[in-house]
Formats: sequence, structure tokens, C-alpha cells
Amino acid sequence: MTTESGADSEAKQPQENKETEKGKAKAASQPSQVAAEPALPQNQPEQLPAAVGHSTPARKEQEQQEEDLVSHRSSTSRLSRSPLRGVKKVKIMQCKVTLLDGLDFTLNVEKRAKGQFLFDKVCDHLNLLEKDYFGITYRDVENQKNWLDPSKELKKQIRTGPWNFAFNVKFYPPDPSQLTEDITRYYLCLQLRDDVVSGRLPCSFATHTVLGSYTAQSELGDYDSEELASDYLSELRFAPNQTKELEEKVMELHKTYKGMSPADAEMHFLENAKKLSMYGVDLHHAKDSEGVEIMLGVCASGLLIYRDRLRINRFAWPKILKISYKRNNFYIKIRPGEFEQFESTIGFKLPNHRAAKRLWKVCVEHHTFFRLVSPEAPPKKFLTLGSKFRYSGRTQAQTRRASSQIIRPAPFFERTSSKRYNMSRSLDGAPIMENHETLMKDNAADGEAKVIAKGDIITTVTTEKKAEEEKAEEGDAKKDTAETPEPAATSPLRQDTKDTEPPAEVVKHQTNISELKRSFLETDGSITTPGLTEWEKRLSSSPMRSPRSDEAPMIEPLELDTKEDEPAADETKEVEPKITEAAGYLVKYVVDSMTADGPTSSGPHGISLSTTMDDDVFMDGTLREVEEKTPESQDEVSERLVVKVSPGAMRQEVSQAISDKKGTLIILKDAEDKSDTEGKEKSAVPGEFKADEHVMRMASKEEEIPRADTSVVTEAQTTAAKMLSPKVEIKTDSMTQIKGIDSPKKAMASWISEEVKMETPEFISVSTKEVKDMKTSDGLQERAEIFTFKEVQSEQSKSSLTQITVSESSTTSLVVSTLECVSSSQKAPAGQEEKPVIEMEALPAKSAGPSSPDITAVATKDMPVIHTETKTITYEAAEVETNGDADPGVLLSAQTITSETTSTTTTTHITKTVKGGISETRIEKRIVITGDADIDHDEALAQAIKEAKEQHPDMSVTKVVVHKETEITPEEGED
Amino acid sequence: MAGLMAGFGHYTHAVVRGIPASLAKEALRSSQTEVDLAKAVKEQEAYVEVLRTRLGLEVVELPADESLPDCVFVEDAAVVCGDTALITRPGAESRRGETEAMKGALKDLNLNIVEMTDENATLDGGDVLFTGREFFVGLSKRTNQRGAEILADAFKDYAVSTVPVLEGLHLKSFCSMGGPGLIVIGSSEPAQKALKIMQQMSDHRYDKLTVPDDLAANCIYMNLPSKGHVLLHCTAEEFPESAKVFEKLKDHMLIPMSNLEKVKVDGALTCCSVLINKKANI
Repeated sequence: MTTESGADSEAKQPQENKETEKGKAKAASQPSQVAAEPALPQNQPEQLPAAVGHSTPARKEQEQQEEDLVSHRSSTSRLSRSPLRGVKKVKIMQCKVTLLDGLDFTLNVEKRAKGQFLFDKVCDHLNLLEKDYFGITYRDVENQKNWLDPSKELKKQIRTGPWNFAFNVKFYPPDPSQLTEDITRYYLCLQLRDDVVSGRLPCSFATHTVLGSYTAQSELGDYDSEELASDYLSELRFAPNQTKELEEKVMELHKTYKGMSPADAEMHFLENAKKLSMYGVDLHHAKDSEGVEIMLGVCASGLLIYRDRLRINRFAWPKILKISYKRNNFYIKIRPGEFEQFESTIGFKLPNHRAAKRLWKVCVEHHTFFRLVSPEAPPKKFLTLGSKFRYSGRTQAQTRRASSQIIRPAPFFERTSSKRYNMSRSLDGAPIMENHETLMKDNAADGEAKVIAKGDIITTVTTEKKAEEEKAEEGDAKKDTAETPEPAATSPLRQDTKDTEPPAEVVKHQTNISELKRSFLETDGSITTPGLTEWEKRLSSSPMRSPRSDEAPMIEPLELDTKEDEPAADETKEVEPKITEAAGYLVKYVVDSMTADGPTSSGPHGISLSTTMDDDVFMDGTLREVEEKTPESQDEVSERLVVKVSPGAMRQEVSQAISDKKGTLIILKDAEDKSDTEGKEKSAVPGEFKADEHVMRMASKEEEIPRADTSVVTEAQTTAAKMLSPKVEIKTDSMTQIKGIDSPKKAMASWISEEVKMETPEFISVSTKEVKDMKTSDGLQERAEIFTFKEVQSEQSKSSLTQITVSESSTTSLVVSTLECVSSSQKAPAGQEEKPVIEMEALPAKSAGPSSPDITAVATKDMPVIHTETKTITYEAAEVETNGDADPGVLLSAQTITSETTSTTTTTHITKTVKGGISETRIEKRIVITGDADIDHDEALAQAIKEAKEQHPDMSVTKVVVHKETEITPEEGED
Repeated sequence: MAGLMAGFGHYTHAVVRGIPASLAKEALRSSQTEVDLAKAVKEQEAYVEVLRTRLGLEVVELPADESLPDCVFVEDAAVVCGDTALITRPGAESRRGETEAMKGALKDLNLNIVEMTDENATLDGGDVLFTGREFFVGLSKRTNQRGAEILADAFKDYAVSTVPVLEGLHLKSFCSMGGPGLIVIGSSEPAQKALKIMQQMSDHRYDKLTVPDDLAANCIYMNLPSKGHVLLHCTAEEFPESAKVFEKLKDHMLIPMSNLEKVKVDGALTCCSVLINKKANI
């Protein structure tokens, strides 16, 4: 009720004070305003027509007046309010939000309302459900546009000045046809039209013509020579510099669209707009390390670097390990290529600190939105390092899922200046809008299908890529595997694959909400607009910059990686094709994913951790934390591991996992080979970079190994050991001992613990020094011991847990899986670490051997009750790339999260550390699966891994420990 | 319905130019070799014949100019995309005059002419790879950053990425398009390197077809009504191994084109024509 739309605000003015007070009274008790206001949207349609039509000058004036009134009013109300202030603390602020159609939406909110509140109100007002693509911007003191943080209070974001906002598209869907509702597309169109007219989205004359013609069709309806004046187009804006010639061309095209619905016209508009190279690219001014003016463009696929109009580099999200900012610098750390050992960090200078932070935030948000399945949890409060900012909204994946649930009938909405269209329609006796909409929808679907069938290859390719990416999120490794076969289906053939997909999506057009391509329209409208001018300026004025061949050098390290990655990948692939294809020709139908993901395809990609260094806090972190944390976490782990008695709820998951299983065997072989290689190389000790490569590649594959193997392993403990190295066997033995010790009682408990380098954090902090010293060959052993030790500990806790579980719940089987995901950023320091890593594999074995006895003893004493058989299998990806310094690292943050379902308990421990400027995030996941004897552990494990990958698509699984504990029947127990 | 960026490889017209006698002695070349003028002329005739008769393109044939020994390589003088033609400023001083006749011809075809007047800019069309979705511009001895910038400004719809060309004359001396989304690439290290860069810079996905010989990677792709995918490529005589690769392309109408003589003066297949799609005009 306190909300007023611009149109009727005047009328309400006299009541203003009263209303405000009422509002205050209400708000004082609780945010009831929120609840009270939903009624508004229903009224809205009635009010809208009056408010619509901003394009007529008269309207504008009126608005102008309103604005004046508004400001006047707000000052008065403030006065009148002040006496009450002591009593009712809630202050009401008036917000003016400029909508995409240029109209202002005015509403009152509590001063301490959060951004989300305002955003929701606006979306309600707009009747917009697919709102995750949108956001609200405000201008800061420097008149730069910033995105309103929904999770923060408005007053903390708007420090000064009036509360003026704008509603904008924040993430441009890469494929607008996948948006569920026409109304969403309509708003996207409005945004894009503004982008085009403002010059933020540059396009050619031909494109202006095409886009303009669809705009005309959607706004004005069919061309009608009788009804439309010859200059009917002059009231519409199509281009920054609109000429008569342009209008004529637009008209020519417009004439050919007879009968096209507005929604179809908008679809066509979007289909063309999305192909523009600057579609959804949020530009930021910056300078490179040499002080050359460049632009950084943030988009759905990554970060683009421009000089003048030229793209001089591009970093796909998967290629970026970390983004950070410090003062006015913005840094990205780039994943090294397969043949490279060093990550490179590239720094850019932004005009000021705020700009750097703004860019950083935009990157975090885009990355999260487009690359992650779900948003990252913000860092915990007590760790004050770095910015706590995280994207808190839904990701693309989530919003798509959500909008596939939209079931309302296509909402009625009025296209701003399309009244003429409606009028002429109704004169013709056209169907009512609602029906009309539905018709349109079908049309749209058909049309789309056609387009695809026709085979605009490029478009389809993109679609496929997206689809792939999604799949990839389910299992990155899968992709790698998949790619090998793909080569066979080369270019021309590829269409087929693509064709199949999109249509499917089209059919159920609900399901697909579009892919979003991110782009901010506007993060910096202000920036961007000037930007264009700057481009022009630079174009004409910067001759000295021409010999830019040195651009490449800067790029090169990165490129090299990629290059090297790919060649390697290619070669592997080539081999197979060749065989199949008969000797001789070198046709490499290699799918080079030139996509964003391409480069990373060989590895577990997509890891761009947005660890932040907010200003200077970063490096002086907390060493202690590490030590404290780790033990703590272990405790926690054990506590939480408390088993859930679980029925066989895992079945479903299992079945899903089955599909993944295929091809695992092949991978397995690879892995084995590789581990062999590693073994050899290990002996060589120093500089084994090659090993890394393998390892790197394995990383993704290895994750899969467990699935296939687990069964084997389970059966024969030694088998498991084989997988990695002899040393593992030792471990197994010890485990066996444990098993023997345990008491009778029949229980089938299996543990799958995928263990990852949970120890690593500890290890780093605790023992790194030693390592440094010993760096030599001895060092390795030392380390190994350390590791072992820890391993043992953790093992112990687990086993005890298991026992507990068993006894308490009397469940039959237990599966514990710990999945550690290490972000690739961990591939840090060089040669030294490498060895450690490799040894890590060995670790479990050795360490387990010596120390386990004690543990076992303890365990036995405590819980002698159950006789169990325990098997532990460890898989590790020795994927650490080393960079040189084995510096201990500083713990940035650590958190432990536990979640439980009926049959599983998942404990996630996330540790972020910084070593020598490299940040590393490790996630260790322990999953305890309890269930009947007949649980398919392989599948459970596969599922666990899959889930882990889904949850952290950006990370790679580096270690998997499967610990299976089985209650043994008396007979069995005897052997 | 109007659509942008549709119809990659659709062409209706081709601009070509005759071979001047001066080509044999004066045309620029990276290795000293004797050119048999008569053979070169024959090759060119065959080339034009294929475009005109076999493929049914409207061929605009510009007369040779003796003062411009390289003038047969018209590709370098203009970049045409859609209804816009960028008249270049060739990197070799001796070739600057070639653009005049080209400009006239393209004007006559009603294209929107954009001229590169900046004296700091150089650009050879041979350094411009248009994939249908974006441009890659090789920064070579003949093409500089400024030239690329102007190209980017002329074709605003498309991303324009720069690729260093470390060896070879032009970017297209070792690559070209072999179909929509299919890049044909030579197998030399510089070629592969360049491809990696292109991959990294691109938002789009391409397939690649690697051929053993860099020069063989220069072929001409068209998508013509009633003919479908058409590929003009090297002959088996010239590059037997590479030709075999092309022969595996089942979906293409394959037309081997002899280029033995012109290649001696660094002329590849794409160099000898500027292809235009008049129907792209909106």
C-alpha cells in the first residue's frame, strides 16, 4: 500500500503522510509491508495502461513533474516523520526504479530493507517470474553503475544521493529461446534495444536494420500503409545514429513481416542479437601490465580482453583458477597447460579500487551464474579475510530448473508502445490477448524447431556446447571420454547430434529456460557508453599503438598451455581415428573444442574459485588456523559421521550412476598405465614434469576409476592396492588387521571413503617446513610418514564411527566415502610438491601399517562389539603441479558442513589456503553410506563422486579413498 | 525472414583479375623461383572457368595491370562480408595500387565501401579469416594492429581477434575454412600454434581438418544452391597427401584446382578471388 506506481502517485499525494505513517506503524512491528504488497501486481495491469506510452512527449513531462513532486514530497514527509522517529524506528525511503521501458516505478521501502526486497517488488510489478537474469543497478558517487547486492541493506549500498535505481538484465541468456516466458524475452528485448541504441552493443548497419524491423513489428504490429504515416518509424530508436536511410530499410523489412506476432518478432530479434559479438559483454576499462589501455569484458563464457575493438585475448572460465583484486589491481590466475608447470597470474590496473572491486564482483557473479550448479557458500563470518561477497542468487542451472516449473498461463502484458498493434488487432477481431499469447507460443516453438532443423550450424553448435557443458557438470570426466568417440562424427555430421538435442528441448519448451549468457548490460552503462566513444577515439588517435605484435607475447604463455594441452589431446585422439580410418591420411577429425571449455577439456575443469583477496588482508593470514582447524575438523567429522541408519534409499542414485559407469574400464586402464609411468618417473625423482601431465589428465579420469574398480577392490584387498602402487598394499594389510581384531557379530558394513587430500591442508601447514629442508629424496619419506600418520588418524575415527554406527543402528552395511575435491588452483608450487604428491599415494599404505595397530587396539577396546571387515582403497590423482616454493601456505578459511539423508551422511570440509600467493581450496567430503548388504557399493561410490563433481564442477577430484566395512558373519569371520 | 550471419559460404559473385606478364619476374615472392607465365595464365583461366561455368558464379574479371605484378591476387585488396566491402591498404607498398580497380568493381556491385585511409594501417585480405561467426586477423609482415582495428570497425557485428603470424606470408597461408565451422589447418608447428590461439580466442566451436601441407590448407569453400558444399582444393599432383585428406570429405563437391605456378609467388587458391554474396544485401 505504500507503494505507488508513477501514474497514480499524484492522486495519492494528499494522503501521503497518512500512508507513510500507516506504513511505519506496520513496518515497525515487522516487515509486513512485504506481505501486504503482493496485492499490488494484480492492480498493476489496470494502472499500467495509463502509465504506458513513455514515448509520447506529453507523458514525459508528466513524469518529470512527478519526479519533482516526488522529491518534494519525500522531503516533506521526512519532516513530518521526524517527530515520530523516536517512537517508531522504521524509516521509509522512497525508491525510484527506472524500468526497461523507460518508465519509473516508485515505491516506498523501509530504509533497512535489503536489496532483495526491492528487486522482488519490481519483479512483482513487472509480473516477471524468470527474474534471475535481471538485477537492479544504482549509481555510486562516481556515477558508476553498480549492481545492488540483494543480500545487503539498501542503505548500506546507497550511501548518498536519492534512492534511484534501474532495472536491468544482469545475465544475458546465451540462448534466449530457452527462456520459458515471452514476457521475459520481452524485457530482454527492451534491454537489448537500449544496449543497441546506446552503442553498448555495436552492430553494423545491416544488423540495425534487421533488429529495427523486428522492433517495429513487435511494437507496431503489421505494417499498414494506410494507417501508418510514412515517417512512422521516426518515433522509434534503432541505432545510435539513426538515419533516414536506416528507417527506410527498416520499413522495407517491416513490410515483409505481415502476420508475425510480437512474441515471434521478439524471438527473431533475440536470435539475431545474441549472435553479436558484444552481446552480454560487460566492459570495464583497464590497463594491462604495460599501461596500455584495454577493456575487460565479462561474459557468460569467461573474460575477454580487448584493445580498441580487437579481441586480444580470452580466458574462458575453466581456464581461470582464481580472480582477485587488490587496491586498484585486478588479477586472474590462469590454469597452466598440460605441459606447463606454472600458473600465470595476469594483472590489470583499473581506474580505482572501486572499479577493481566492481569488476571482481561481476566476475564472481558471472562465473557462479553460468558455470556453477549452485552458488558457493559465502565464507564464514569469523574469518575476516577477503571479501565475503558471493553471488547469492540462483545459478543458470537453478533458474532453468525453476522456470521449467512455471505453469501459469502466458501472462498478459503490454508492450510499451504497442497499443497501436493491439488496437488494429482488435479492430480486425483478433483473438483476445491471452489466446493470442498461447498461439504465439506454439508458433515460437515451431519456428525455433525449424530454425534448428534448417541447420544453422553455428547456432546449433552453440546449443550443443551448452548442453555439453551441462552434462559436463554432471561429470566432467565423462566429457573427456565422450570426446574421443566424437571425433568420428566430424564437422558435417555433427549437426545431427545437435539437431537432436534442441528439438527435444523445444518440444517441452517449459523445460528450457534459456541459457544465459551473461552479459551485463549495464553494469556500467556509464562506463560502457563512454567506452565506445573511447574506442572511436582510440581508433582515430592512437597510431603508436599499432605495432601490437607484442600483444601476443603476453598472451602466449597462456596460449602455450592451451596449445600444448590440445596437441596432446589431439594426439591421443588422433591415434584412434587413424586406426579406424585406415592408414595413410592424417585426417584428424578431432573435435577441438574451440569453445570456452576447449582448452580445459583435458582436465577437470571449470574451476574458477573466486577466492578473494580483499585488499591487503589477504596475505597475513592465519597460520594457526590451519593447525587448529584441522584437528577440529576431524573431530567434527567423526562426530558427524554418526551414522544414519539407512534403508536402501540409495538405489535411485545408484541407478543414475550406472550410466556413468560405461567406459570406466577404459579409463581404468589409462589410469593404470599412467600410474605405472608415474612410478617410473618417481624413481627418477627430480624434475618430472611429464608425470604431471599424465597426472593432470588423469585427474578427471581417475575420478571414475573407483566406480569400476571398487567392486574388484572390495573383493580382493590386494587388488585395490595394485591400482596405485605397491605401497598401498601395505595399507590394506593393516586394514585387514583391523578387521581381524574386531569382534564378532555379523555385519556387513562397507565404507567407501573417498579420501582426498584432506590432509593436505594440515600437511601443508604442519610439515611443509620439514619438507622444505628435506626437499631432497629423504624429504619424501618424511612426508610420507606424516601423511601416514594423519591417514591413520582419520582412518581411526572412521572406523570407530563405523563401529558405532553399526552397533547403534545395527545396520548392515556402511559405506563411507570421502571425496576430496581439490581445486586446480592447488596445483601450485613446482617440483617439490610434485614428489610429495606422488608419495601421497604411498602414504596411506605405509602410515597405515605402523600406526594402525595402536589405533586398532584402541578401537577394539572401545567397541569390541562388532566384527567387521574393513577395506580401504585409496585413489589419488597426483595432479599437483608444482611451482617451486614449498611454502606452507596460509589458511584462509575452513568450514565444515554436514548434511544428512536417510542413508548417507555427508561431511564437507572446505579449506582454503594461500601458499605463495596461490590460493588453494580443498574440499574433503566424507560420505557415510549405511545400508543393507546388497547395496551396490560401486554405484554408491560412483554416485558420490558424481555428486561431488556436480557440486564442485570447478574442482578436480584428487583422491578417493574407499573404506568398506562389512560385518562378518561368523562363518566368514573365521577366515 | 531476415537473419544475420546466415548462409556461410553462399556466394553469387566473384571478382578476379588477369595475370600481368610482369608477374613472372616482378611479383613478390618469398623464395626465388622461376614462374612459367604461360602456365600461370592457364591456371588462372581454369580457375575462373570453374567459378563461372562449373559453379555458376557471376564473375567480374578485372583486366591485368602490368604495373601491378601481383594484381592477380585480388583477395588482398578487399575484404567483403555481407554487404560491406573493406578496401584494404596492402602491406606491400608495391601493391597499394591494386585497390583502385577493386574498389570500382565492388562499388559497381552496390556494396557499402569502407576504405582504409589511415596511413599507419596495413592489411592484406590474405590475413583475414572469416569463419562465418567471427574474424581472425593475422598480424603478419603485411598486416598490422591498426589494420585489424579498422577491419573490426567495419564489421561491427563480429568479434575480431588477432593472431600472430610468425611464419608464412599470411594467416591464410596455412589455414582456411573448409565448411561452416570447419577450419582446415596445416600441420606445421606455426600453423598449429596459430590454431590454438584461435581456439582460445573464440567463443565458438570449430572442427578442424588437418592437412599435412600448410599450403594445401588454403582452399575455397562455398555453399551453393543446387550444389551444396563445394570445396576447391589442391591437386594430388601438388600435395598428394593433403589431397587424400580432402578426398575423404564425403559431403563436399570436391574440385581440385591446380595452383603450381601461382604458388611460386605465394599465391594460394583463396588469393585469386573475392567472393561476394549479393543476396546478403538487406
